[in-house]
Amino acid sequence: MTTTTDSTAYPDLTRLTAVQMADALAAGEFTSVELTQAHLDRIERLNPALNAFLLVDAEGALATAANVDEARAAGEELPRLAGVPIAVKDIACTRGLTTTAGSRMLEHFVPPYDATIVTKLREARMPILGKTNMDEFAMGSSTEHSAYGPTRNPWDLERIPGGSGGGSSAAVAGFLAPLAIGSDTGGSIRQPAAVTGTVGAKPTYGGVSRYGIIALASSLDQIGPCARTVADAALLHEVLGGHDPMDSTSIDAPVPPVVAAATGTRDLTGLRVGVVREIGGEGFQEGVQARFEESLDHLRALGAEIVEVSCPHFTYAMAAYYLILPSEASSNLARYDAMRYGLRVEPDGSPSAEQVMASSRDAGFGDEVKRRIILGTYALSSGYYDAYYGQAQKVRTLIARDFAAAFEQADVLVSPTAPTTAFRIGDKLDDPMSMYLNDIATIPANLAGVPGMSIPSGLAEEDGLPVGIQILAPAMEDQRMYAVGAALEARLTEAQGGFVIERLPEVPERAPAAAPHTRSDETEEARA
Amino acid sequence: MTATTGGSAAATEFLTVPFDEVLTRYEPVMGLEVHVELSTATKMFCGCAQSFGAEPNTRTCPVCLGLPGALPVVNATAVESAIRIGLALNCQIAQWCRFARKNYFYPDMPKNFQTSQYDEPIAFNGYMDVEIPAEDGEGVETFRIEIERAHMEEDTGKSTHVGGATGRIHGADYSVVDYNRAGIPLIEIVTKPITGAGSRAPEVAKAYVSALRDLMKALDVSDVRMEQGSMRCDANVSLMPIGAEVFGTRTETKNVNSLRSVERAVRYEITRHAAILDAGDKIVQETRHWHEDTGITTSGRPKSDADDYRYFPEPDLVPVAPSREDVERLRATLPENPAVRRRRLQGDWGFTDLEMRDVVNAGAVDVIEETVAAGASPAAARKWWSGDLARRANAQGVAVTELGVTPAHIAELDALVSGGRLNDSMARQVVEGVVAGEGTPTEVADARGLELVQDDGALQAAVDKVIEGNAGVVEKIRGGKVQAVGALIGQVMKEMRGQADAARARELILSTLGVEG
Repeated sequence: MTTTTDSTAYPDLTRLTAVQMADALAAGEFTSVELTQAHLDRIERLNPALNAFLLVDAEGALATAANVDEARAAGEELPRLAGVPIAVKDIACTRGLTTTAGSRMLEHFVPPYDATIVTKLREARMPILGKTNMDEFAMGSSTEHSAYGPTRNPWDLERIPGGSGGGSSAAVAGFLAPLAIGSDTGGSIRQPAAVTGTVGAKPTYGGVSRYGIIALASSLDQIGPCARTVADAALLHEVLGGHDPMDSTSIDAPVPPVVAAATGTRDLTGLRVGVVREIGGEGFQEGVQARFEESLDHLRALGAEIVEVSCPHFTYAMAAYYLILPSEASSNLARYDAMRYGLRVEPDGSPSAEQVMASSRDAGFGDEVKRRIILGTYALSSGYYDAYYGQAQKVRTLIARDFAAAFEQADVLVSPTAPTTAFRIGDKLDDPMSMYLNDIATIPANLAGVPGMSIPSGLAEEDGLPVGIQILAPAMEDQRMYAVGAALEARLTEAQGGFVIERLPEVPERAPAAAPHTRSDETEEARA
Repeated sequence: MTATTGGSAAATEFLTVPFDEVLTRYEPVMGLEVHVELSTATKMFCGCAQSFGAEPNTRTCPVCLGLPGALPVVNATAVESAIRIGLALNCQIAQWCRFARKNYFYPDMPKNFQTSQYDEPIAFNGYMDVEIPAEDGEGVETFRIEIERAHMEEDTGKSTHVGGATGRIHGADYSVVDYNRAGIPLIEIVTKPITGAGSRAPEVAKAYVSALRDLMKALDVSDVRMEQGSMRCDANVSLMPIGAEVFGTRTETKNVNSLRSVERAVRYEITRHAAILDAGDKIVQETRHWHEDTGITTSGRPKSDADDYRYFPEPDLVPVAPSREDVERLRATLPENPAVRRRRLQGDWGFTDLEMRDVVNAGAVDVIEETVAAGASPAAARKWWSGDLARRANAQGVAVTELGVTPAHIAELDALVSGGRLNDSMARQVVEGVVAGEGTPTEVADARGLELVQDDGALQAAVDKVIEGNAGVVEKIRGGKVQAVGALIGQVMKEMRGQADAARARELILSTLGVEG
């Protein structure tokens, strides 16, 4: 930290919340250029170890920051988050900035257009620091499936930061960015938040535009905020949300009042909080379960009534999810054929278009992507469609009914976000099923389209790593989870003497030597 | 007809099987799939303008190029057109239907899936009555074509295969793709199996496509230019022994792009199938390419019912659920059925069936209606539009309405003729001038000095001269063979260098000879 000009009031600008940054910028206590530069400095120092960013756009970010500073000096009225920098998951198309989705296939793909949410960030005048690492095409729970090497968890560089949005969660947790964009298909915002001690929210399906977001599974994908506090997440949520005529599935309704909810009353008297019987128990780490029980006590103390609810079909959620997701993904990823853009590998001789497609897809996709394309292609095949895709859609309907019934008995539902704290890099790479089980608590919300968020509930006793609690609300009632999340966050902060993230140890500047994956020099150069 | 390309050594053999003889033993079954490009301002799922003939790849955007992250949005006008087409085909309109993805890899398909409709078409269970000339040559017969479905989908890009002998992908050096066409809205209209047409099957096929084209024009939903591909027909044909109940194996002849070719291709395939079946061989289920020049089909790719397109509901789009009010509102916008309208106009104009058929074949119904409205007599309007002008259009390979001659021009010309200023041959010269862009009929006639000689003095002198020089003919006329006057009229017209009214010349000849006309 070198660049603060004046005050000792802010020894490290990166440690502030986004709300504090926005207020201080508005008050003229420091400039957006200073704030942005502080983050760029920290990225420069720590990203080699974390590999959170695949691309850093210092020039673009500083230009936006300078522009905001000028406008503010001229007395212009600015959006609330103007000048507060942000990191964008590499799944969102950014005009002129390479967008890879973590895949070799798109190593040199420079989109000619901005995703709608990127346009909104630009309109909100937020400097975009760069693009964050992710599992290839968002397939994974650890960011180990990135073609550009794994991202490391700032809490312990030998551990995963969650996935697929591990780059965004690590950037936010490591104070490389106050806010980041995530995408959540089966938990890719919430699970990384849980294992990095940060806040992540998946809005109601259709609440945020998907236009320009590289599709994994269209009916499940949802964009949302990654932050360090509930209020910060809410501010970003409001920037991102709202109807987009370019996305037919976006909801034509006002954004739920999440900021008001996140900054409103901390009293939960009369609120019914449902604990889903089917999420938890076996396979859930002791420390995770303990922190969850403790959070339930805090919720009771805040006036909430804890009720047990049953969602019997959640048992089938994982199976249904791993049919629907690969099916849609197999079709969504068909466009990567080397004909118009992306990696092109031409076999020797005079290959046919089909041979070029096959060679390029073979070289451009990683194993996990191929695995899911094959699964999905199979599940959609005639003769199997009814047994697999058709059946999975029925399960989906049943899960939505489970939610509807549960929300009759409870205003929100809670569960641990992930069964364990961050596992070690490499631990689950050879066991896809155990990797998939990481998302067991988060997947039902995607299948039903309901909103969910994860907030830190503390550190697990046994390993000192962050644990998350998931809060789920009915569709288009996103504000409920923010209200509960903010109240619980306040209570936990008080009880634990600060935000969980404030207990982050100093992040080493160098990653442990024997890393299972490292980026090749060539890649580093190409993406520098 | 000789087969010169396409490895068709065997093809010529089929032609030795007489078509009519085949139909005494086999019953043809047809299934026609017609793709109609809608002439909406923008594409099916994005805001790109559609315009035929634009520079390649200039009418594209992230959506129709299938860029990462792009999403489709349904063109509401295209949905309305689809509903109107469905209603005009007497179909039921779905209360709720979805798009589906048809997955297959091909370079001209940007997403490697086509957004189409699968088991939930917007319109289904309809019919269309088409007219074919009655077998006895008198009047017309009506044949009912059952419509299975009409569904919405998007067009693909257009591949051009460069190098190689055939212009097809095999043997080409390389291929280029124009994505301007990718995403243009298409309506695919699929018939139920057409049986019972017997030897009239080729005619029925042609009449159906022709009637569809007229209907699309009347609905004003498409340019229906078969030669430009805005209307394309795939013809499925199979044969079964007469009396059989199970359909034979079919072939699908793709992209038959003119009315005449529809008839020829169906006829060719019937004959070809018969030859194969007669030889005890099996028909291969496959697509076939139609060769306009040689009049044959050649083998395309094998196609089986097991082709697996892995259809599933398009998750990026919401269902289309037209309200009943909307459907009724659209029903109220339907034009008069083209066949009904033709019968009405034929009655109004007093045309014979044969005359009306010529008019229809010349694509001149609308223009004649406008010409009559502009003041011309129906007979004159027909004479020009389905006669002289149709021939000129044909020679130039354009539509009769594209010659630069307007209904007002023809009405003006008709007035000049009936007012006695021009005779027929002069009128044709005037038309030539109008087509050449020399101005209105009056301007052309003025500029070219075309005007009948109104002065009887000059005409009388010519008559006298011709009578004097044709004593033999004069004798015949005086003897009662009045029709022989024609020979004299011809000479008088020649004397007058065509600038005379032939009727007046006749009168003068007869009165000079003192013979009653």
